[in-house]
Amino acid sequence: MAWDWQMFCEDTLDRTVREGCFGKDGDITYLDWMLSAWGWTVSVSLLALLLALVAGVVIGTIRTLPDSKWTVRFGNAWVEVFRNIPLLVQIFLWYHVVPAIFPAMKSMSGFVLVVLALGFFTSARIAEQVRSGIQALPRGQRHAGMAVGFTTWQTYRYVLLPNAFRIIIPPLTSETMNIFKNSSVAFAVSVTELTMFAMQAQEETGRGVEVYLAVTGLYIVSAFTINRIMTFVEKRVRVPGLAAPGAAGGH
Amino acid sequence: MIELKSVSKWYGSFQVLDDCSTRIEKGEVVVVCGPSGSGKSTLIKTINALEPVQKGEIWVNGTPVHDPKTDLPKLRSHVGMVFQHFELFPHLTVTQNLTIAQVKVLRRSLDEARKRGLKMLERVGLMAHKDKFPGQLSGGQQQRVAIARALSMDPIVMLFDEPTSALDPEMVGEVLDVMVSLANEGMTMMCVTHEMGFARKVASRVIFMDVGGKILEDCTKEDFFGNPDARQPRTKDFLGKILQH
Repeated sequence: MAWDWQMFCEDTLDRTVREGCFGKDGDITYLDWMLSAWGWTVSVSLLALLLALVAGVVIGTIRTLPDSKWTVRFGNAWVEVFRNIPLLVQIFLWYHVVPAIFPAMKSMSGFVLVVLALGFFTSARIAEQVRSGIQALPRGQRHAGMAVGFTTWQTYRYVLLPNAFRIIIPPLTSETMNIFKNSSVAFAVSVTELTMFAMQAQEETGRGVEVYLAVTGLYIVSAFTINRIMTFVEKRVRVPGLAAPGAAGGH
Repeated sequence: MIELKSVSKWYGSFQVLDDCSTRIEKGEVVVVCGPSGSGKSTLIKTINALEPVQKGEIWVNGTPVHDPKTDLPKLRSHVGMVFQHFELFPHLTVTQNLTIAQVKVLRRSLDEARKRGLKMLERVGLMAHKDKFPGQLSGGQQQRVAIARALSMDPIVMLFDEPTSALDPEMVGEVLDVMVSLANEGMTMMCVTHEMGFARKVASRVIFMDVGGKILEDCTKEDFFGNPDARQPRTKDFLGKILQH
């Protein structure tokens, strides 16, 4: 089988090979298109990650609050809802069902809806990790924080969360890499990210092997970069004298 | 200074404290002992409301601890507590452990907090370890840092919850030495401990609790150790067992 990598240098309209592989004056080649699609993948993933981290830490934390039955129940319900519905179905729910219930959301782009869907889906998983991280700490740590006069908020801020965070870095790494990989479902609502690009370019050029290999390469590069960043973070926050959980995160 | 009036506590239907009353005056050192499961640790933790109670009143320096309107963090900030398992903050250095609550709770400047914290560290003899993390210290050293952390807050009373029972035997002495010197300086202390040597040396009073959360004895040290005939049979039995060895 002959591989034809030149197809990336072709203009997307007239299919002629362009000098230097990048289109000029508003023309775009498949390479241009793929890099822009990569940009969308990265944007969806990073924004969803930000949302997932914030929501996940908040939800995971309120599930461990002492003496507050209702916040715990709310947190549990949140996790069960977002964890028990398949991601692709959630994307469609955000696209078709939610705007029907809240008309104000009708004007939202597919991009925003995908960020919300992926962010909330992942927040449930991060919330579960944050909860287990907090509950894995010795019970005396909460008492020690309270005993020196910390409020509940300060006990979480200065004692429980910094320690829980160190425990859950490895599963968080997996979750972060998962977000990149899961962002591929955005094609379902026409966000022109990598998977969408791959499907369309394959159809137009008939060069499925090259297209999918290139796209696969970019996914691997993205996920691996995240993995390296998280490993760096893990090393930076490691506490001397404290047993370090598995050296490299990610599965 | 501290007063408990008919304090009772239940976990579900299981009673852990049964009508406990006692007073601790300023400068007193009170040792609480008794078999495991008798509610000693629970009793001491009710004083700074780490363990809430269902019945009775607890007063600390005129503050009603049992009152839901009481500002508990403020109360706890001047009641020092030392735990069985040290409970230093593992992600902070020794110095940070000593200063964080002074800065965040008492609103002291970092300079002031550091000065105060290091003075306390000096006093427990661990100045050389000020930049280490708790995980790099021995159990005895960690417990001395924990005492210094509590002292940095200028507490009006110190509570010790079995401070030596998680330690290797050769480290018990260094922690007890610190506690004895504190007691000799007039610190008000309540200590849950099985160290009867410590009780004999510095206690002003001894409280003996029995299974079911009842205070069986509450008397002076002299009475407790020197007058066995006046003791309850259960107390004599307990003392006989732990003093044999």
